[in-house]
Amino acid sequence: MANIPSDLKYAKTHEWVRVAGNVATVGITDHAQHELTDVVFVELPEVGRQVKAGDACAVVESVKTANDIYSPVSGEITEANKLVVADPALVNSEPYADGWFYKIKLSNPAEVNALLEPEQYQTQIGGA
Amino acid sequence: MRESLGMKRTPLYAAHQRLGGKLIEFGGWEMPVQYTSITDEHLAVRKAAGMFDISHMGEVMISGPGAEAFLNQTLTNDLRKLAPGQGQYTLMCNERGGVIDDLYAYRLAANEYLLIINASRIDADVAWLEAQLAAFPGRSGVQLRNASDATGALAVQGPRVVEFIDACFPGASSGGTIVARVTDLKKNQVARFSRAGDTIWIGRTGYTGEDGFEVVAPGQRIEAIWNQLLAAGQPHGLKPAGLGARDTLRTEVCYPLYGHELDEDTTPIEAGVGFFVALDKREFIGRSVLADQKAKGPGKKLVAFKMTDRSAPPRPHYAIWSTGPGAAKIGEVASGTQSPSLGVGIGMGYVPPAFAKSGTPVEIEIRGKRAPAVLVPKPIYRKPD
Repeated sequence: MANIPSDLKYAKTHEWVRVAGNVATVGITDHAQHELTDVVFVELPEVGRQVKAGDACAVVESVKTANDIYSPVSGEITEANKLVVADPALVNSEPYADGWFYKIKLSNPAEVNALLEPEQYQTQIGGA
Repeated sequence: MRESLGMKRTPLYAAHQRLGGKLIEFGGWEMPVQYTSITDEHLAVRKAAGMFDISHMGEVMISGPGAEAFLNQTLTNDLRKLAPGQGQYTLMCNERGGVIDDLYAYRLAANEYLLIINASRIDADVAWLEAQLAAFPGRSGVQLRNASDATGALAVQGPRVVEFIDACFPGASSGGTIVARVTDLKKNQVARFSRAGDTIWIGRTGYTGEDGFEVVAPGQRIEAIWNQLLAAGQPHGLKPAGLGARDTLRTEVCYPLYGHELDEDTTPIEAGVGFFVALDKREFIGRSVLADQKAKGPGKKLVAFKMTDRSAPPRPHYAIWSTGPGAAKIGEVASGTQSPSLGVGIGMGYVPPAFAKSGTPVEIEIRGKRAPAVLVPKPIYRKPD
């Protein structure tokens, strides 16, 4: 059963968002890492970059595939997680903790309301 | 052979489902790309043992007093080198020297051959063989039978396979190389073992760079063999392994994959497998082109490379660039991946001969940016002594 923490919001494209004030942390879900298995490389957006919700802003690569990550929210990238770049396996072992991707200063906080609640994401991914 | 959504299934489909195999489409077949993880399965093969379903591959039986002459005219390697119970890697070329398929040819008995061919090339190979046979003057002395649909096969590969395979096939062999037990087979030898009246051929060969065996059996027999090997091998570290690990393993040791390093417009000389082209035997299809290329040098050469900095994995079709002033695109990646054994990106690709020297720095274009790499000798991965 995939882990879906109750304090996060989710995108249909399997990113999660943790909001603290005006800053959001973004990563990919346990379900997503399980589908990918062995993550071998993560490419993150540059600090300072402006992204719009839905923009492809990062890439996560497994042995077999390269996958775009779409930013669930708009804003300015304030931090890229150096840990996960150095050790991509953290995406598999700690998708919600040290496997986070980037932090973003929200330009339109209302966008968070349009994201999925944990139960809605659970429904989307089914009983897995 | 059963079908679903247009995809074919091997007799081991139920076993893959039971083991939680992640099924994907491969050349028209529904096959497991992995069970747990490609990296785990790859490392299991290098350190202990892995088992692959290869039932999708093709088996063609060629027999009769004219079989040797027919096959020696159609394949590049010299079958006269084979005693009964021996096999060899070989290629089948068209008149331009282009590769129709690469395959294994086993001499099972004096006048009996088993060809193991690529799944994606079964139709092309059989059509070619039948056309060549129809034009072969000695064809009345040759029988050809495509046994692919009725035959299953699996490969067990890794240093610990020898610990458990004998117990699964007790007793001496009854054909091919006569041995008291499976593990007495030397590399490239093949032997017949019987089981409940069925004929099973076991060859000491593989596609991973490790010691191992390939087991060829009637389709209705292969699942029982798979289950027995799994039970016997698990205490020795045996894991089921999918197509993902099969690809990373063979890429590490620079074995070609048809459709990547080999195709009908590429010769064995260009692919670096000229060793398996016996120019000194009598006439065979493609001989004159290959002899010419060997003498004058090919127009392109297959090279191996390793990424030299942390980067995303190199993948098929990514551009290969030369470096320095006048840097230009010089080729394309044919096979590429993150190497589980080496922890770095590796691959193979074709470049002009002038660039083909080991030690040459190159760059691989990954999503619009060029990442540094270096050409290395083959194989990229060597077992530690």
